[in-house]
Parts: sequence; C-alpha cells; structure tokens
Amino acid sequence: MVENKSEIRNPKSEIKDSKSEQGNKIVTSKLNVWYDGKQALKDISLNVEMNEIMGVIGPSNSGKTSFLETLNRLNELYPGSRTEGQVLLDGKDIFKEIDKHLLRKKVGIVFALPLPLPLSIFDNVAYGPRLHGIKDKKKITELVEQSLKSAAIWDEVKDRLKENAFKLSGGQQQRLCIARTLAVEPDVVLYDEPCSGLDPISTLKIEEAMRELKKIYTQVLVTNNVKQSARVSDRTAFFLMGEMIELGATTQIFTSPKDKRTDDYISGRFG
Amino acid sequence: MRDSRRYERVAFGVMAAATGIIIAPVLIILFIVLWYGVPGLSLEFLTAMPRDGMRAGGIFPAIVGTLVLTIGTAIFSIPLGILAAIYLNEYAGKNWMTRLVEISIINLAGIPSIVYGLFGLGLFVTFLGFGASILAGSLTLAIMTLPVIITATREALSSVPQQFREVSFSLGASRWQTVRGVVLPNAIPGILTGTILGLSRAAGETAPILFTVAAFYLPRLPESVFDQVMALPYHIYVLSTQVPNVSMKIQYSTVLVLVGMVFIMNIIAAYIRSKFRKRKTW
Repeated sequence: MVENKSEIRNPKSEIKDSKSEQGNKIVTSKLNVWYDGKQALKDISLNVEMNEIMGVIGPSNSGKTSFLETLNRLNELYPGSRTEGQVLLDGKDIFKEIDKHLLRKKVGIVFALPLPLPLSIFDNVAYGPRLHGIKDKKKITELVEQSLKSAAIWDEVKDRLKENAFKLSGGQQQRLCIARTLAVEPDVVLYDEPCSGLDPISTLKIEEAMRELKKIYTQVLVTNNVKQSARVSDRTAFFLMGEMIELGATTQIFTSPKDKRTDDYISGRFG
Repeated sequence: MRDSRRYERVAFGVMAAATGIIIAPVLIILFIVLWYGVPGLSLEFLTAMPRDGMRAGGIFPAIVGTLVLTIGTAIFSIPLGILAAIYLNEYAGKNWMTRLVEISIINLAGIPSIVYGLFGLGLFVTFLGFGASILAGSLTLAIMTLPVIITATREALSSVPQQFREVSFSLGASRWQTVRGVVLPNAIPGILTGTILGLSRAAGETAPILFTVAAFYLPRLPESVFDQVMALPYHIYVLSTQVPNVSMKIQYSTVLVLVGMVFIMNIIAAYIRSKFRKRKTW
C-alpha cells in the first residue's frame, strides 16, 4: 500500500509506465450504455488527457451522469444496466483488465449532493483508506489531514474532526466528500454536478480546489452550469440525448462551436 | 366551511375513541394482573420449587425454563435470521427465487403456533430423536420467531439510505465491506429492537412448547439440553385448567411474572429504539 502511493501520486511516472499515447488518461471507444433497455449513451468515443479538467455539459437526460458512472463502473449497481464498448484507463480495459474495486479506488467520484456518511468528519475521510487496508494510525491521520487540505476545508474543520459530519454546512459537506474521495489516492476524480446545491462562495472554493488539484489528478467535471465549465475546464464536451456532439478546447467551444446545437445550448437558446 | 369543520371534529372524535379502545384491554389486563398478582409475589414464590401438586411453593423451575428456552431460541434464530435477511436485502438479485423466499417468509409468519408445535414434535422430537427437550423446544420456537427477525432486520437494513451504499462502493468497497462499514452499524438498533420483540413473543408462546419441551410438573432444574423443563406459559395453562383447587393468588402471580418478563423485554426494545432516534443524524 505504502509503496504504491508514490507511484499513484506521481503522474509523470504514470505517463512513462502506461501504454497510452499522447498522454491520454482515459480513452473510450464506441461506449454504449442502456438502463432497462433504454439507451443512455450512444457510441461515445473520446479521450481524457492526463491532468486536464474535462468539462461535460449538456441538458438533463443527456447522459452526462451515465457517462461518469460508467467510468468507474458504478452504473453496474443498477440491476437493469448494460454496457458495450471499451474504456481504457492508462491503456487497460476497465471491464476486462482491472478489478472493479481497484478501478473505483483509482477513479473516484464526487456526487451531486453532498453525501457524508453518518460518521465523524475524521472517520468520513478515513473510511476509504481503512477499506483499502491501511491500519497504521499515523498514516491514516496524515492522509486525512492531507486530503482535507487538498479539498480546501482543513482550516474550517481541523478543530472539530470528531464532530458528526452532518453538522457541517452543505458547502463544507461537499468539500468533505471531495476530501473523502481524495483520501483513497485516486488518479482520476469525477465530479457529478458537485456545486448544484451550493451557494456561490462554496462553489468558488470548490472550483479553486479543483484548479489546485490539477497538479496531481485528472478530473472530469459534469455540470449543468455552462459557465462553470467555461471557468474551470481545459476542454469541454457537449452531450445531447446520449450522444457526444462536440469536444474541443473550452475556449473554442465557447467562442466558435462547430455544431449549431452546441451553439444553441451554450447561448441558452434551449436546455 | 362550518360543515367541514364539524365533520373533521366528528372524525377526530371517532379516531380518538378507536385509539382509546385499543389502550383499554392493555390497561385492564395490567390492572387485574397487578391487583390480584402482586399480593402473592414473594422471594419464596420466585425462587422456590413448587410443592403440594403445584398448590404451594414457588415457580422457580418455570421461570428458569422460560429463560432457558428464550436464550435457546435466540441462539438458533438470531444468527440464522440476521444472515438470511442480510443476504436477501444486500446480496440477492430480484428474481423468482428471492420472490419465492419472500413469499415463504410471509407464509411462515402466518402459520398458527399449534402447527409449529406439531411440526416440532414430528421433526425434532420424533424424527431427529431429540425427545421432548430444551433443544427441540428452542428449535421449534426459533423457527416460529425467524420470520419476525428476518422481516425486522430487512426493514432495518432497508431504512439505511441507498446513497450510503453508493458512497461506499464508489470508494472501492466490496459488498461485504459496505455491509459491515455503513449498513450494519446504522441498522443494528432496528435489528435489536425487532429481535427482542420477536423473542418476547416466543417467551410467551404455549402451543409450540406443548409437545416439544414443556413439563407438566418437574420440580428440579434441567441439567442438559435434552432435559424437559417447566415453562411459564404452559404452567399457567396447567394451573388454571388441569389442577383442581389452586389458589387464585398463585395463578395471578404466575401470570404477573410472565407478563412482567415479556414487558421488560419490550421496554428494553423501546428504549433502544428511542435512544437511537435521538442519535440518528440523517
């Protein structure tokens, strides 16, 4: 566990080790997902580059969340789900070559609503590391502190780590959840509309944290807030009805979109 | 407007009356049992063997018998019931097999207790050769209690929000780690409450122990699980119908002891529940 850490934490060694080309962290090809026979994703082929923040925008029901949850196979928790196609993480097929529990450790997710577990602040963050067999108390304490700092919430909670996590405000809870995700030392962090229930100041703090986290992690940000994607993401993908309409540098998508539907969506003509 | 108000008032009145009628039997039973039962209570009554064909002395062996049977029932039914409930709720898919199991459990709960008694007689006492014994009686009571424990446990597990499981899975937890880490800790108070209520029901049952363990008159304590024991519910039946000239005092005091034991268990269950409600944070 301890030896693994430096490897996972250092993106440069990953680039050398991985078979992936052009610094791609995730590559999907012809990814199709159905829920109870209803198709949620249609032939999604895209790449997520190492250490970028990729924004995914689109109206509701466009498959954004399905896309995220497929990347760490959380969609399989729904009994009626079916997946076809390929997803490569560091060149490895996530459906065939990686154990799904290990995959979820490597590809963490932050949900739309802040979902602390009914535990103390400390135990929330320590939950993941303990799952993965870290028993050394000092190591766990370090991880918790480091994760809370990365999620920009350490100063607010350092004196109340034993308090129940539900006592925190919504914005604090969401940053706690980010810390909890970081504590298992993932390579990739997925965000599913992480600020949808939060006030502008909490949103700002989370966006700042994301920019800071770029140094270490590859991040995918699904958001209903088009402006948020414009603010934080390096590249942006536009999803509509389960299809990816366009993917490009964020400045390009927002200044000169190639597809009319993208233009309509970001200029607020529909959705 | 005025009419609807009046209707409302009448409806509330009817509902309040219905509620009152529900409380009445409990209060009346408690009052009578206490009124006639308390005078006969004494240390000797609780700790001595019965004498003179159960017309004098105490009910110690019956108290011990009921305690032993309740513990025996707990030993067999709690692990089995809780494990089955965890499997059904957390692991099993939704298919015709689990549906069949669910229907079986519902039907198991609906079987009359005398049928359990006869089943226990056939299977444990005769076929497996345990004889009328603590083992046979406990097993019979355990089977009868299983549906209660399974249902209560499943309810407790289902009441743990699904999102907690998703969070746990998303951090790379296996199903068992999730059950142990977030589901069980939050379900245990509910499981305990349901289990205790189920056991308290079993402690007061007569029919299932009738042919499987209960002794008519046995003024000594059991030495092994293959011994028969006296038990309070059956003892009450015997005192009130099978033995002539038993003083009312002894009958009522015996009833009081049984009701008291069951009540104590129920109060513990209620206490755990209320304590948990205060602690619950989501």
